[in-house]
Order: sequence, then structure tokens, then C-alpha cells
Amino acid sequence: MTAATVSNSETLTLDKPRSPRRPAARRSNFELYSWLFMRLSGLALVVLVLGHLFIMNILDDGVHRIDFAFVAGRWASPFWQFWDLSMLWLAQLHGGNGLRTIIDDYARKDTTRFWLKILLYVSMALILVLGTMVIFTFDPNIPVS
Amino acid sequence: MPTTASPPTAMAGTSRRSGTLYIGDPGMWSWVAHRITGVLTFFFLFVHVLDTALVRVSPSAYNAVIETYKTPLVALLEVGLVGAVLYHALNGIRVMLVDFWSKGPKYQRTMLWGLIGVWVLVMVPGAYFMLQRAVTDLFGGN
Repeated sequence: MTAATVSNSETLTLDKPRSPRRPAARRSNFELYSWLFMRLSGLALVVLVLGHLFIMNILDDGVHRIDFAFVAGRWASPFWQFWDLSMLWLAQLHGGNGLRTIIDDYARKDTTRFWLKILLYVSMALILVLGTMVIFTFDPNIPVS
Repeated sequence: MPTTASPPTAMAGTSRRSGTLYIGDPGMWSWVAHRITGVLTFFFLFVHVLDTALVRVSPSAYNAVIETYKTPLVALLEVGLVGAVLYHALNGIRVMLVDFWSKGPKYQRTMLWGLIGVWVLVMVPGAYFMLQRAVTDLFGGN
């Protein structure tokens, strides 16, 4: 018997909480790890993203000083390459996991849920592959036009 | 004493609006806002990686697209983006404190008003610096 059984004397009997016959509660801990990942990546993203927004939008002349030469100057430094690469992967996985939760919450039909998740995973893969490729293959001496 | 929303005081049935309309709790709205700001940021990230990828096409292609980021209308949208991301970050810290700090649940409401205060304090000068150029572009001045 598993969780609760009604005995012959009509009293409710429960298995002891740590009884070894208790069924395995979960088949996988994926949701636990994704919950933890949201908090850990979130903490890192607070620094990475707010730092990025402050530098790009507010510091000096903000967005008005950004052009190809500005990007070339930044990606000449391994520090900013690593910053942007970490930000790309953490933000994409954090945001993708958030959207996965939202799809699970609001999609009413299994087929809708399935196709929305396919769309989500394809766009995540596209952005991760493209973004990583751009950071690693950036060429400051590319022809002007 | 319950610390959630106060119970409806008006007589039910007198009006569709008085006392029977569920207006939620600040905690619920903070959760709604967290979802909305998160989704908006995710969609922007998609566009932003695509526009940055133009550095692999040519400097002129990248510069042409970046010029649109400097127009007054898009500058206003950038203030919205920074506001959304800042809210999401501050409320995310609040969620972590509720989850991991023993006194987090007790102070969750105080932390919500606190984060709104920090948000306003950061966004006022932030919006000023981000829109300075747009205002002078639109209305002249020196």
C-alpha cells in the first residue's frame, strides 16, 4: 500500500514519512534544478545586464557613441568578450526557461504547448549559435561595405 | 491579523464596481509585472542579438541599424527597456530574499515598496541622461 489506506476498523492510517515503501516522489529533479538555475543566473545577470545597460545607454554619451569602431574597441578585450558571452548564454537560458514556464501555464492544448515550445527552442538555439559565432569570429578589419 | 488585501466593505450587489471587484494584492501584481517585464526583455534580446550580428556583415550595415537606436522615439523605448529590466532585476532580488532569507517572507511587502523607491530613484536620473540628446534634437537648444 502506498500513501493512505483505510483499515478494517475504519480509521485512517498513513505510512510513516520516511518509510522505505513510500513511492519515489519524482522521476527527475529537472524542475528543482531549473528553479535553482533561475536564482543563480538571475544573480549573475543583475551585475552583467545592469552593467551592460549602464555602459551602453547612460555612461559618456550613451547610445550615441556606439558604432562599429566602438564594438571593435570593446571586443579587442577578452574581458568584454567573456562578459558578453556569459551574458548571452545566461540571459538566453534564463529567459528561455521563463518562457517555458509561461507556455506551460497558459497554453490550453497539448498541441499548442508543443508547437510553442518548438518555436521557443528553435529561436533559443538560433540566438545562442549566432551570438556565440559573432563573438568568436568578430573581425575588426572586415570590408567597410 | 491578515496582512493581505482588506476585505470588501461595500455591500455586494449595489454596484458591479463596489466591493465585488477583485483587485488583487500588491504581491500578485509584482508577480504579474515580473512576468510581463521578463517576456518583453526576452523578445528584445532576440532582436538585439540579430542587430549586433550585423557586425559580421559590414560596418556600414551595423552602423545603419544602430543609427535607429539613436532616434528620439527609440530612445524612449530604451528608457522603457531599462525600466523593465531594472524592475525585473530588483524584484528578482526580492524573490531570492523571500526564498533564501529567513525573514524574507515577513518583509516581502516592505521590500516591494523599497524596490519601487529604488526604481524611481534610479530611473529619474537614468531617463534624464538617456533622453537628454533626444530632447535637444527635437526642440533645438544648446
